[in-house]
Amino acid sequence: MSRQQGTAAYVRRARALCALLLFALLVNAGRVQIVQAPSYDGNPANRRATIARYGLPRGDILVGGETVTGSRDSREQLRYERTYPQGPLYAPVTGFASQLYGTTFLEHSEDGLLAGTDPLLSPFPLWHDGSRVPTPGGNVVTTLNRYAQEAAFRGLGTRKGAVAAIEPATGRILALVSTPSYDPSELSGNGRRVAAAWARLNDDPEKPMLNRAVRQTYPPGSTFKVVTAAAALDAGVVTDLDAPTDSPDPYRLPGTTTRLTNEGDGCRDASLREAFEWSCNTVFAKLGVDVGVADMTTVAQGFGFNDTQLRIPFSAAPSTFDTSVDRAQLALSSIGQYNTRATPLQMAMVSAAVADGGMVRPPYLVERTERPTGETVGTGGAGPVRQVMSPSTAVRMKELMVDVVQEGTGGNAAIRGATVGGKTGTAQHGVGNSGVPYAWFVSWAQADTDVEPKVAVAVVVEDAAADRGEISGGGDAAPIARAVMRAVLGF
Amino acid sequence: MTKAGTTLAAEKAPASPERLPRRRGVELALIVLAVLLSVYGYCAVGLARTGSVPPGAAGYGAGLGILALVAHLAVRLRAPYADPLPLPIGVLLNGLGLVLIYRLDLETPGDRAAPAQLVWSTLGVGFFILVVLMLRDHRVLQRYAYVCVAAALVLLLLPIFFPAVNGARIWVRIAGFSLQPSEFAKVLLAVFFAAYLAANRNALAYAGRRLWFMQFPTGRVLGPIVTIWLVSVGVLILERDLGTSLLFFGLFVVMLYVATGRTGWIAVGLLLAVFGAVAVGRLEPHVHGRIEDWLHPFASVDAGQGPNQLAQSLFAFAAGGVLGAGLGLGHSVLIGFAAKSDFILATAGEELGLAGLSAVFLLYGLLVERGYRAGLALRDPFARLLAVGLASIVALQVFVIAGGVTGLIPLTGMAMPFLAQGGSSVVTNWAIVALLIRVSDSARRHYDGRVAP
Repeated sequence: MSRQQGTAAYVRRARALCALLLFALLVNAGRVQIVQAPSYDGNPANRRATIARYGLPRGDILVGGETVTGSRDSREQLRYERTYPQGPLYAPVTGFASQLYGTTFLEHSEDGLLAGTDPLLSPFPLWHDGSRVPTPGGNVVTTLNRYAQEAAFRGLGTRKGAVAAIEPATGRILALVSTPSYDPSELSGNGRRVAAAWARLNDDPEKPMLNRAVRQTYPPGSTFKVVTAAAALDAGVVTDLDAPTDSPDPYRLPGTTTRLTNEGDGCRDASLREAFEWSCNTVFAKLGVDVGVADMTTVAQGFGFNDTQLRIPFSAAPSTFDTSVDRAQLALSSIGQYNTRATPLQMAMVSAAVADGGMVRPPYLVERTERPTGETVGTGGAGPVRQVMSPSTAVRMKELMVDVVQEGTGGNAAIRGATVGGKTGTAQHGVGNSGVPYAWFVSWAQADTDVEPKVAVAVVVEDAAADRGEISGGGDAAPIARAVMRAVLGF
Repeated sequence: MTKAGTTLAAEKAPASPERLPRRRGVELALIVLAVLLSVYGYCAVGLARTGSVPPGAAGYGAGLGILALVAHLAVRLRAPYADPLPLPIGVLLNGLGLVLIYRLDLETPGDRAAPAQLVWSTLGVGFFILVVLMLRDHRVLQRYAYVCVAAALVLLLLPIFFPAVNGARIWVRIAGFSLQPSEFAKVLLAVFFAAYLAANRNALAYAGRRLWFMQFPTGRVLGPIVTIWLVSVGVLILERDLGTSLLFFGLFVVMLYVATGRTGWIAVGLLLAVFGAVAVGRLEPHVHGRIEDWLHPFASVDAGQGPNQLAQSLFAFAAGGVLGAGLGLGHSVLIGFAAKSDFILATAGEELGLAGLSAVFLLYGLLVERGYRAGLALRDPFARLLAVGLASIVALQVFVIAGGVTGLIPLTGMAMPFLAQGGSSVVTNWAIVALLIRVSDSARRHYDGRVAP
C-alpha cells in the first residue's frame, strides 16, 4: 500500500467516524421525539399541556341563548383567563375555572368539551391525533331560565339560602341559586390576587363557594309531609282526604314518653286535607308510623332520597331518609326531622313529581353541548323515569298542595291566572333546636292557559327572621318561590 | 510497502487536460435558496405569532442576501474553483439561527439577542471575506504554526483572569462585549496540529521504540504535542469548559490518527478519555452533577423540585414529534437560561420536529463531508490534515452539544455551530468555512483526475 493511499484510507475512516456520530444523533433524536415522546408529553412537570389548555379561549356556557362566561387574553404564558360577567348569579351553576385551583360544577363536568380536548369535538375520528392545530372548545347550552334565575337571586337578596326550580314534565333545571355567592372571575388567573381570593373565600364563615342548592342538605321539616302524605295515600292508609285520621294530639311517640305537639289547635283526628293545610305534626308522625318503615322508605327513595348517584351533570349531595329506625324515629323522620335531610334540589324534585302525575324525572342542567360552529355534540336529560306514586295519588296530592296555597299557610305564593300548589316548612335544627330555623317552601305552578304545570320550586332560607313567631316558610320562602314561578310562567 | 516520501513525488500524475467546472452558478443558486428559506422562516414566525409578516422581514432578507452575495463575490474572485456547498450551508444555518433567536426573543422582550447576533454574523461573514481575499494560499498558515499555538494558549489562559459566569470561567468581558476565546483557539490549534503533524508524521509513525504491541515515537517528537494537548485540556478543566475540552481531545486523536494511521492512538485516546471522564466525574462536583443529570434527567422532577434544563430540553424535543409544532408555536422558552445558546437545538427540535432536525443534522453532515472530500483530494499533507481537522471540529462540536441536549451524552455547554447565540462562535465558524473554501479551491484547481473531489 502506498503512503498516499494509506493516508486516504485513514481520512475515510475518520470520515466514517464522523458519519457514525451524526447518525447516532439522528437515531437518538428519533428515540426522544418518537419513542419517548408520549411519556415526556405526559410528564406532569411538562407545562405544555397546561399552556395548550389555556392557549385558546375556553368554550362558553349559555343561558337562554346568551353566554354567561367569557375569556380574557391575559398575554401571559397561560393566555386566556375565564371571565364571568354575572359571576355571583351563575356561580352555583358554572363553578369556577381557575388556572391554579382547577374547576368545579359545570366548568368541571364539561371541562373536556369547554377546553377542546373532548374527541367528540373533532370533525372526523382521529382528527385530533393527526392535526397539530388545537381544537377550540365547544359550548354548553344550559336548561336555565335566566328570568327565573334572576328572580330567585333577587328574591334571596342578602339572605342565606338556596333555590332550585325544575320543569316537571322534563326534569330540566330552570333555576339554581345559592346565596351568599361569589364572583368566580376572582379565581380564574394564576397570580397572587387569585391565591388571596382563594384563601379569603375558603376562610369566609358564610361559605360563599358552597352550592347550597345541590351540595347542602337541610332538615326538610314540614315540606317532607308531601312525601309522607303520598306514601299514606299510595299505601292505602288514607283513602279519603276528608275522613278523620284517628290521631291524638299530643301524640306520644311509640315506645317513648315523649309527647309530640303542634303549633296550632285542631289537629286531633284532623282529616288529611286539614292536617296538610295546617301542617299537623301529630297527624303525619302517626301516618308515617302507620305506613311503616318499608313503604315509607320505598316512597322516599322513589322520590330520590338516599340516591348517591345523581349527576346533573355534577354530583348532588345525597338527601337522606334513615331506613334503620324504630317507630319513634320513624315518626320523627316522617315529619322531616331526625335523620331526614334534603337538598333544595331534592325537594324541588318532590314537588315536580306531584305536579307531573307521580313521575320522578332525573333533573339535568345541560340542554346540549355544541361545537363552536353550532353543531350539536351531545344532549342531556336521557335519565330513567320512575313512577313514585300512582297518578291518582298524584292528583289528590296536587289537590292538597293547592289547598295550602288557597286556604292554608302558603297564601303568599298564590299567582293570579295560575294554579299554584305548595307546602311550607319551618325546620328546627341545632342542639335543642337552638339554631335559627330554616324556612322552606316547595311548590309548583300551572298557568290557566297551560295543559300541565310548568315549574316546580323549592326554596330554603337559612337565616330567616329570628323570631319564631314570624319566621315561616309561608312568610319568608313563599314570596321567592312565587317570583320564580311567575318568571317561568312569563307573568 | 514503498518508502514514504519517495512515493509522493513519484506519483504526481500528469495534469488532466480539461479543468473542472467552477460551479459558481450552483453556489449562487443555493445561496439564493438559503436566503429565501431564512426569510420564509422569519415570516413564518411572525405569521404564527401575530398573524402578520414581521416588519423587519424585507430588511432582514436584504441584509442576509447582501452579506451572502458579497461573500459569494469574494469566492468568485479569489477561490473560483472552491466547493459550491460550504458557503450556502453556512448562510442557511446562520439564517436559521437568526430566525430561531429572533423567535425566542419574542418570548423574552427584556432580552433581545437577535440584533447583536446579526451584527456578529456580519462580522463573521466579513471575516470570511477577509480570509478568502487575503489568504491566497493556505500553505502560508503552515509557516505560522508556532504563532498559532502560542496565540491559542494565550486565548485559553485569558478567561482565568476574568470572573466566572454560571460556574464556567470561559468568558472575557471587554467594554460590554463577551468573548469566548476558546472558540477562536480551536481553529488555531487545528492549524498547529495540522502543520506539526504534517512535518513530523513519518517520525511519529515509524521512529521510536516498539513497546508491547504499540509503536511509540521518540519523546522529542511526541513531547511538544502532548504537552500542548495536556496544557489545553488542563486549562479547560480549570475553567470548567468541558465541552471544548472534549472537542480538543477528539480533534487531537482524529488528527493524530489521520496523520499516522496508528490505530493504537485511537485505543490510547479512548482509554485516556474513559479514564479522564471517570476521574473527573468522581472528583469534580460540577461534572459529577452533569453525569447524574444525564443518567437521571427527571430526578429533580421526582424530587419535587421541578424539571431541570435537560428535562425541559427533552420535553421540548418530545413536543416537536415528527413534524414539529411550527415556527413560533413551541414553548422551548421553558428551558429558561441558555435557551438561545446551548439549547437552541431544542427550539429547532420542537418547532421543526424530527424532520427539521434531521435536515439540520444533514446540513452539518454535508459540511463535514465536503471538508473531508477536500481533504481526500488534496495531496499536500498539511492541507489534507487541515481540511480533516476543520471538518472534524464541526462534526465533534455538533455531536457534543446536540448529543448533550438530547440526552445521548452528558450535557456540556457548547455552541451549536452557526445556530447558537454567541459572537465568538459565529465568527469562528465563518473562519472554518473560509478555510474550507480555501483548501477546496486548492483541491479542485489542481485536480488531476485521480480522486474525485
